[in-house]
Amino acid sequence: MLIRPAIVFLLSGALAASAANELRFCLRADPKTFNPLLVEDESSSAVRYLTGGVLIRLNRYTQELEGELATKWKVSENGRRIDFELRRGVRFSDGSPFTCEDVAYTMRQLMDPALHSPVGDAFRSAPGEVETKCPGPSAATVRFPAPVAALAAQFDGVAVLSAHSPQKESAVLGPFELGEYKPGAYVLLRRNPNYWKRDANGHALPYLDSIRLEIQQNRELELLRFRRGELDLINKLDPDMYDRLSSEMPRAAVDAGPSLDWETVFFNQVQTAPMPEYKRRWFRSSDFRRAISEAIRRDDIVRIVYHGHARAAAGPISVANRFWLNPAVKAASGSDTAAMALLQHAGFRRSGATLVDSGGNKVEFSMITNAGNKLHERMLTLIQQDLARLGIQLNVVVLDFPSLIERISRSFNYESVLMAWTNIDLDPGAQMNIWVSSAANHQWNPNEKAPETAWEAEIDKLMQAQSASQDLNKRKTYFDQVQQIVADQAPVLFLVNPDALSAIGPNVKNAAPAVLDPQTFWNADRLQVGGTLVSRR
Amino acid sequence: MTGKQKFAIGVLAVVALASLGAAYLAPSSYSEQFRDAISAPPSARFWLGTDELGRDRFARLLYGTRVSLLLAPAAALLSTLLAGLIGGAAGYLGGRWERFLTTGVDLFLSLPWLFLLLAVRALLPLNTSPVTSVAITFLLLGCLGWAAPARIIRAGARTLVNSDYLVQAGASGISRWRLFWLHLLPNLRPILLAQFWISVPLFILSEANLGLLGLGVSEPLPSWGAMLRELENYSAVLQNPWILAPVVLLVVVVGCLQLLLRTEESAPC
Amino acid sequence: MVAALLLRQVRRILLTVLLGGLLGATLVRLGPGFGVDERELDTRLSAGSQQAIRSERDRDNNIAVFYFRYLAGLARGDFGFSRSLNRPVSELLKERLPLTMVSLGYGVLAGASTGLALALLTVWWRAPGADLVPAVFSGLCLAAPVAVIALVFLWLGPWIGEASRWAIALVVFPHVYRYSKNQLVATSQWPHVVAAQAKGLSGWRVLWAHIFTPAAPQLAALAGISVSLAFGASIPIEVICDTPGIGQLAWRAALDRDLPLLVTITVLVALMTLVVNSLADLALAAWNSPARSTAEAGTAEVASA
Repeated sequence: MLIRPAIVFLLSGALAASAANELRFCLRADPKTFNPLLVEDESSSAVRYLTGGVLIRLNRYTQELEGELATKWKVSENGRRIDFELRRGVRFSDGSPFTCEDVAYTMRQLMDPALHSPVGDAFRSAPGEVETKCPGPSAATVRFPAPVAALAAQFDGVAVLSAHSPQKESAVLGPFELGEYKPGAYVLLRRNPNYWKRDANGHALPYLDSIRLEIQQNRELELLRFRRGELDLINKLDPDMYDRLSSEMPRAAVDAGPSLDWETVFFNQVQTAPMPEYKRRWFRSSDFRRAISEAIRRDDIVRIVYHGHARAAAGPISVANRFWLNPAVKAASGSDTAAMALLQHAGFRRSGATLVDSGGNKVEFSMITNAGNKLHERMLTLIQQDLARLGIQLNVVVLDFPSLIERISRSFNYESVLMAWTNIDLDPGAQMNIWVSSAANHQWNPNEKAPETAWEAEIDKLMQAQSASQDLNKRKTYFDQVQQIVADQAPVLFLVNPDALSAIGPNVKNAAPAVLDPQTFWNADRLQVGGTLVSRR
Repeated sequence: MTGKQKFAIGVLAVVALASLGAAYLAPSSYSEQFRDAISAPPSARFWLGTDELGRDRFARLLYGTRVSLLLAPAAALLSTLLAGLIGGAAGYLGGRWERFLTTGVDLFLSLPWLFLLLAVRALLPLNTSPVTSVAITFLLLGCLGWAAPARIIRAGARTLVNSDYLVQAGASGISRWRLFWLHLLPNLRPILLAQFWISVPLFILSEANLGLLGLGVSEPLPSWGAMLRELENYSAVLQNPWILAPVVLLVVVVGCLQLLLRTEESAPC
Repeated sequence: MVAALLLRQVRRILLTVLLGGLLGATLVRLGPGFGVDERELDTRLSAGSQQAIRSERDRDNNIAVFYFRYLAGLARGDFGFSRSLNRPVSELLKERLPLTMVSLGYGVLAGASTGLALALLTVWWRAPGADLVPAVFSGLCLAAPVAVIALVFLWLGPWIGEASRWAIALVVFPHVYRYSKNQLVATSQWPHVVAAQAKGLSGWRVLWAHIFTPAAPQLAALAGISVSLAFGASIPIEVICDTPGIGQLAWRAALDRDLPLLVTITVLVALMTLVVNSLADLALAAWNSPARSTAEAGTAEVASA
């Protein structure tokens, strides 16, 4: 007799918990698009991650590929072809069935050159048509005109669209679907009632009923609201806020370790850049660049700017990228003696308190960075002092971001720049456009008609080789060599890899912050907020 | 000169002399980084503690006073004079001229002058010294800050134009320009002084805000505006109240300027 | 007569707004960083995609062509398309304008009325040091960065409501207080006021009829300035308070060099400034003749007492 009231009580308790079963965190800006194929900004990417169903998912925690809508896949023809075995019985959020036709439709849309999709461009290794065939309703074959590096991993960013649904992009395969969007205020995602995934006990996922993405640009305000319990997590925290939060809520602040991102300095090596010839000679000298690298005290940057939440960087692969890191490449030591030795080798000498080159020109140059970024401004000030010890006068110039982009991409009217790079991909194939000399993003000297130096020619060869190979170990060997050349020639000075800092509220369950983005909600389908689990079968 | 004005002059003189003698008074240079004493509290070594890069705050406050105390009042003076001339002329001339000048002022107020500031920064060589760069910034602020007060000055001039003494002076044969320079402008002094007093802190703060766009003072040169940006971290303020020193100094200086310029503002009997 | 005056003002406003839009567009066009897109730094994009982005941005290079197209669109109610937010500008305005107008309205009203009230009180009290507290408070408001004021109100948020309104009020207050007090003090030293006080008229009557009323035209001019000031302050305030209003939009548009959005905001600000200032001018014109009469009547009243 007593069991029934108890069951009623438990159920009502569970129902009450589910009403509050909403995860709340912030986006920095309104999403620019809800079309998953056109996603370029961080906010749209977050929505795509939470709503899009993908064939293959990179597990952000284990850094391993896992099948999602594809139960199996096979890459063949040296990376030109991939065969999928599709999961059966999956439905879109509107109830329409998921079949190979949807995969074919998605690939057709994605590879449309007029779309200029960044995800699509990542597959575009050569001109030509991409063919998608459906040997059966649950099998798909995609064939590319040329090998695509890390082909399987690229599908992590391809959210499958419905070929037939009248709802178009609104019909999704991910754990959540778009519920409401109030511009400037919030995006509300509701659980997808037709989501295919279940947990080990057979409960339907996601556990959450909804996710509320508040649009909040101001980080101070975001932190304030988190402290008040109005938000459940903060996806990216800066070091100052991390320390403030960890002093008040130590268990909430999480440092997942070094991220994939870089803070870098590079010099202008463009032949036609508007600068005196003697300065061009400095910047094109690898001894000069390595000397600057040696002089910069990375440990001080880690300690003072990042409050210990960063790691000195040695090259283009972060320590977080366990497979691709070349352990033989070490970060510069921060030694003035080593720096002076390199400078002397390059013909520089001290003249009193000043460093001069072989022509007697005082070594003075400017370094630009983007305004409004306190971490960059502090880093620049530290570097200014580090170089002053060698007798180099560094002029710090902060510019608003469009002015900075114009200088480094269009007018090339700059001398050196301090810039952050956000890496979303483990595979170095994603860095092709940085290291290949003819690429637009070969930032220190873009769009070279032919490699201007022997080492750039060597890097070009190695990058093409690793891109064309499907043998992971061979690719690693090639890219290890690229890392060594970059360390020897220092076209880019890698300063630090900042840590992935985030905040998780005490009422959030199953959170496991990772270093790969999205750090805190990569497993959104398994997150819970307070209360007891509502059983859904 | 009243006792309060003498006191104000004394305080301003102390501040000015302290900033000029910064090389002797400050225990270290404004740019030297004591990397083993980051964000240190006040001590015998660092009277106002150190900032997040280990630089002596007291030294930076003294050196920053030179920038802010010299350039902000200069910019305020420039904008006040421009406002007085243009607003005064508009109110005095009346008719078509007044409409033309007033429309010009309103147009000026609406334009996004930020882009002019960005354009000027872009035209300056990257290796321009911080002092030159900040002087140009304040000069531009002075040239751009006249429009709002010009409107008020115009209203004041409009009223004075019909006052008895001006009408009598005009009737006695004094030329229009003499009337304007010798009889109208001086009587706009209360408004002009109020404008000057308000503009000084405004320009100091504008320089700080422009730092968000790269238009402020370049490192390592300090300024009050740049130091005031530390206050945006409000929990740091609560834990380290000495970082309020620039605010206190700014309020003191602005208050002294106000006392000094209150020649017309005796309390009504 | 009144109709002719109004028509002239409307014509002036229209021409000025159109000119303002063109000049604003020119300033943006000539500023550095125009036509660049941060997508150019996206290493995933192919050369073809990057070129397409540049071509799309280069469309607005000719400012005359752009402005002609913009005006043609304006005539149809189309304010253009915001590239930075990927939405029609008219939609953005519809969402954000009411919020900013309400904040500005509350802020200007609160700041101006407090400033004016304190100025009146200071003049009426007439004690030495009467203005010490308001002067110190207004000095603090001037000395504190807008960002700090906004953050303080944000922190107080749960207790006081919408932070941006209070922050705007604190920005407007010191200007209104200082100008009002100066003007009222200057007016209080006019001969007829001294005579009225000597004749024994009550302090309140002297303050209202003989100090405030003659000074009213100059004080009305503060209205236009307060609106311009408040709008200027609303940009950093809305950014910091994350209020999705026009100020935040203007900041975003400036950072992204979003030309249609910037030109529309310039036109809007010009319109707002001109309308408020025109109303103030009309008030000034209406007051100036009666103001002399009032002064004369005041003198007559004093003489007959």
